[in-house]
Amino acid sequence: MKTQNQTQIEAVPDLPVIRIIREFEAPPERVFRAYVDPELFAQWCGPRSIDTRVDRWDARTGGEWRYTASRAGDDFTMGFWGSFHEVRPAERIVQTWAFDGNPDGVSLETVTFEELDGGRCRVTSQSVVESMEIRDQMMASGMETGVREGYEQLDELLEGEA
Amino acid sequence: MTDQLSRAFQALADPTRRDLVARLAADGDASVGDLAAPYDVTVQAVSKHVKVLEEAGLVSRSRDAQRRPVHLEAEVLDLMTKWIERYRQQAEERFGRLDAVLAAMDDSDDGDGASTGSTTETEAS
Repeated sequence: MKTQNQTQIEAVPDLPVIRIIREFEAPPERVFRAYVDPELFAQWCGPRSIDTRVDRWDARTGGEWRYTASRAGDDFTMGFWGSFHEVRPAERIVQTWAFDGNPDGVSLETVTFEELDGGRCRVTSQSVVESMEIRDQMMASGMETGVREGYEQLDELLEGEA
Repeated sequence: MTDQLSRAFQALADPTRRDLVARLAADGDASVGDLAAPYDVTVQAVSKHVKVLEEAGLVSRSRDAQRRPVHLEAEVLDLMTKWIERYRQQAEERFGRLDAVLAAMDDSDDGDGASTGSTTETEAS
């Protein structure tokens, strides 16, 4: 697929909120499925170098989830967990997020799936974290992988445009 | 470096300070008096905002010139933009993978509800 949809990030300046907006070449039902089906989710949630093992996954309102991210070849593992506060098919997922690196911290993510013309979908993910400091740390986190894979992607993009 | 960025983000949490930065970026250096003119607040209040921006490294003021014009430190602003851009690229990477997953789903598509468990309800609402 040639179209490269742009990810838009909004760091609401006055609030500990990060909003991510992205469009997809698939209808809301399908994008929703890629979010709630554990096998599909595991395929896209982490960087290429990271293996995702889903430990618990009950994608229903009131359900819980947990997965472990690990990297082949070294001892790095990181657990992520939370609950599904609300799962409304093809419309909305509200879930809490915590991870081993900061077990007392929790963020609240609301993902909405908006139907667009032509069988497309706009996904808006809004995360509310506990403080501006944590928000800023989140923005800084994963810089190394972000940079490396960002450049890889830039290369791909440039190749495509050449 | 992260500390400086945190201070910069915090400094820009205020709408008046964001506006000051935007005006400095558009119009170039300006005195505190010039900056205060369009606002319905005292020069002292604007001066305090400028001080917060100065402490965050977003602006500087020359010591010698009499008007002590406020100068935007564009590099710091640039650093913030780059930082957000990295985060954006990381999210972009992730959604690029989701694109691939969605494209692969095209074929097997909707109906049999895949093979994975009790979690996928796709009832049309």
